[in-house]
Amino acid sequence: MQYRVVMKIVGVLLVMFSTTLIPPVLLSYLYNDGASGPFIIAFFSTLLTGTVLWLFNNDVSQDMRYRDGFMVVVLFWTVLALYGAIPLYLVHKPLLSFTDAVFESMSGLTTTGATVLEGLDVLPESVRYYRQQLQWLGGMGIIVLAVAVMPMLGVGGMQLFRAETPGPMKDTKLTPRITETAKALWYIYLGLTVACALSYRLAGMSWFDAVAHSFSTVAIGGFSTHDASLGYFDSAAVDMVAIVFMLIAGVNFTLHFLAWQTKSLAAYAHDNEVVVFLVGTLAAAVFAIVMLGVYQAYSDPVDLIRQGLLQTVSIATTTGFTTGGYHWWPSFLPVFLLLLSFIGGCAGSTAGGIKVMRIVLLYRQWRREIVRLIHPNAMLPLKLGGKPVSDTVSNAVWGFFSLYMLSFAVLGVVMSATGEDWITAFSAVAACLNNLGPGLGDVAQNYSSVSTWGKWVLCFSMLLGRLELFTLLVLFSGAFWRS
Amino acid sequence: MKIIILGAGQVGASTAEVLSGEANDVTLVDIDANQLRQLQDRLDIRTVPGNAAYPDVLSRAGAEDADLLLAVTNSDEINMVACTVASALFDTPTKMARIRAQEYLAYREIFDGDAFPIDVLISPEQILTNHIMRLVEYPSAIQVLDFAGGRIQLAGVRAYEGGPMVGHPLSELKDHMPNVEARVAAIYRTDKVITPTARTVVKQKDEVFFVAARENLNDVISEMRNVDHSAKRVMLAGGGNIGFRLATNLERKGYSVKIIERNPACAEGVADRLDNTVVLLGDAADEELLKQENIDSMDVFCAVTNNDEANILSALLAKRLGAHRVMALINRAVYVELFEESDLDVVISPRLATVGSILAHIRRGDIVALHSLRGGRAEAIEAIAHGDQDSSRVVGRKVRDLPLPPGTVIGAILRGEEVLIAHKDTVVESEDHVILFVVDKKFIAEVERLFQVDVLYL
Repeated sequence: MQYRVVMKIVGVLLVMFSTTLIPPVLLSYLYNDGASGPFIIAFFSTLLTGTVLWLFNNDVSQDMRYRDGFMVVVLFWTVLALYGAIPLYLVHKPLLSFTDAVFESMSGLTTTGATVLEGLDVLPESVRYYRQQLQWLGGMGIIVLAVAVMPMLGVGGMQLFRAETPGPMKDTKLTPRITETAKALWYIYLGLTVACALSYRLAGMSWFDAVAHSFSTVAIGGFSTHDASLGYFDSAAVDMVAIVFMLIAGVNFTLHFLAWQTKSLAAYAHDNEVVVFLVGTLAAAVFAIVMLGVYQAYSDPVDLIRQGLLQTVSIATTTGFTTGGYHWWPSFLPVFLLLLSFIGGCAGSTAGGIKVMRIVLLYRQWRREIVRLIHPNAMLPLKLGGKPVSDTVSNAVWGFFSLYMLSFAVLGVVMSATGEDWITAFSAVAACLNNLGPGLGDVAQNYSSVSTWGKWVLCFSMLLGRLELFTLLVLFSGAFWRS
Repeated sequence: MKIIILGAGQVGASTAEVLSGEANDVTLVDIDANQLRQLQDRLDIRTVPGNAAYPDVLSRAGAEDADLLLAVTNSDEINMVACTVASALFDTPTKMARIRAQEYLAYREIFDGDAFPIDVLISPEQILTNHIMRLVEYPSAIQVLDFAGGRIQLAGVRAYEGGPMVGHPLSELKDHMPNVEARVAAIYRTDKVITPTARTVVKQKDEVFFVAARENLNDVISEMRNVDHSAKRVMLAGGGNIGFRLATNLERKGYSVKIIERNPACAEGVADRLDNTVVLLGDAADEELLKQENIDSMDVFCAVTNNDEANILSALLAKRLGAHRVMALINRAVYVELFEESDLDVVISPRLATVGSILAHIRRGDIVALHSLRGGRAEAIEAIAHGDQDSSRVVGRKVRDLPLPPGTVIGAILRGEEVLIAHKDTVVESEDHVILFVVDKKFIAEVERLFQVDVLYL
């Protein structure tokens, strides 16, 4: 481990992150909400820490190695959650404990959207905005942003990039140069955000709410500036905008790039994963609507369709926006939706979960096992989009899947040990691991009732889910620390 | 610049490394996905696995908006077809291809028409052979590079006691050789670069790079060290492509040549095609064989097999057994550095030799020749100055007044047929070929800009 290289890069990243604390300060002055102090303190302490780390290690010139890349990513996400918590901890309204501030910050950055706050509507505007911005930065990945704007990361940028982006195959570059690739991703992300904000505004939101919600929609986060979440607006137009942009953000950004480059939608149609994702999500929504109708959960049919569609898309993409909540839905529906969130969005999107690509590969392997029973001598290569998938990838998918399930089980048990009932414990871990947000039981509305220990367990779950297990878990292996 | 390189072999990989380091968009295509993955981990490039001649592979590599296609796969035929496909489907502006087979090269006209539209043919083996030939001809130099069609040469010499200039400042060079003009471009002292001034004193073991007219080269070399008598007897280890070409050239120039080759079929093939060369079947690191073949009376021993380790070991052994001057071909950059300070008299890096000739076509400005030196950190360039006093930043100006970046030295100028060694007061004229030595590659872009004609004035 080259600690000084790691410290230098973490320092650079912190300096970059500190600049994102300026908009809340400006906003605080604009609305005169009296919360600028904490943000200014946070800005200077982040900037100072970053500068010190950077300058004291500026003389190192070694290249980053594989291990350093993992260390940087994990360390940075941890450090970022802590520094991002500073303003939330210092601000007078809401008064948060240290644990709660870190939980909120981690939940924001990992785009989980689980909150410990109540009474969002009356908080200072700067705080309300800041939470949304955290989600936006975490969505495409703040390290990807760093690779885009800081050419100094150079080839090492590829290590960081890979450790942060989700999906089983991470070697495809959109453009020959890594900084250009990262830039392209952020331009698309930014473009989608702007389009989403404008649409929300047209649908009737105020500018403040439109921007704030566009951040959490495109990032597939789920934070809102209102306790009632999207339900506050009670508008079919707002729901439609949210549904469309959640689905767009759940698609692999590589495809957005190709579509934009070739100016055609053919790229989407030829991609197995996207087709499965879109068709699957809509099929699940139709199923949910039908079941809601059967159980007569809503009296008004328009309401039923709107709620059924929004909730299903919101949960299946792991966004976690709620209108009236899904936890009180009849029969098996709440569990059904929670399980959908395990699948999540496409690889290379901002969504959480296991990712559709992996599920598609797993499904083809299950099918292959069955075909093999019928034709014991058949050669059955695993294919995706007509091209064979290498054993390395399929093994990695199996490893990921089994470890994901194991993590869920172990963390669920640990969570139960902190005193939560089963439904609350396991749904909270699922919601955090999948970066979903709202769970069932006591955590259906918010997480304020969870114990301090429980919150730390959930913080770990969120980071584990966002970094797709291995990037984080590699640090817990002995081999990683042996030089 | 958007560049597609076909073939991730020696030449392809090292060109990709150099070009991506200079902020070009490089895409590398090869059939071997494993090889590509390793390179992508190390370099900031995009890789596309597949057959390099297939249209859809080229398309995935971004051929639509590529500026340059460099076809250096193992197969001449794939290189040729790839250039044709790129031209027909994507209208790629510049296409370079490696063509090895003499059978094709004998009919150059096939590359001019529409059939195989290749703009630049490169032959790394030929470049390397010429490179080694010059080193054999100048037995005291560690590097000799041609400019202006060979009329001007840049040479690197290690200064040794016995050279009249050693211990003296450069200003005395004029007094030592009243009739000979030369310009010292750079001095490397224990890996540090010194930009020479009149007061710089030449010390022992310095690596001195200077520019001079071809006919004066030996005179200048003799100022820096005792000159070796010119070589007559050469022994080559390895009868492959390069070994064979070298032997052919050496034979023609009247050297007596021996080749050691371990592969019987290969040895037989070489023996069939050469007239006076003695082809020996055996291991180049076989002490007994070397002794029997009078290694101690060889002027030059040159190891050119395709195996770095074998080259290094056999050359070191030959030196031990008494060969006067030993050279080894070393591909791996790490080995090149490792053995620069060893018993090996000359380390030849084929990477640098070929990459330089490709870079000459990629650089902006009108560049005729380009050579990479010192592990690629330095470059020597021959650029043509175009335009007039208004449109060009160099024409009509004295060398002293040119805004050259640090560590950049103008060595000589070819004006028409006349070779001028550059002085502070020399005025650059239009159509002059200017030979520059750039110590640090990061200033290359600045030098390029200097020689670009301002389009507004055209």
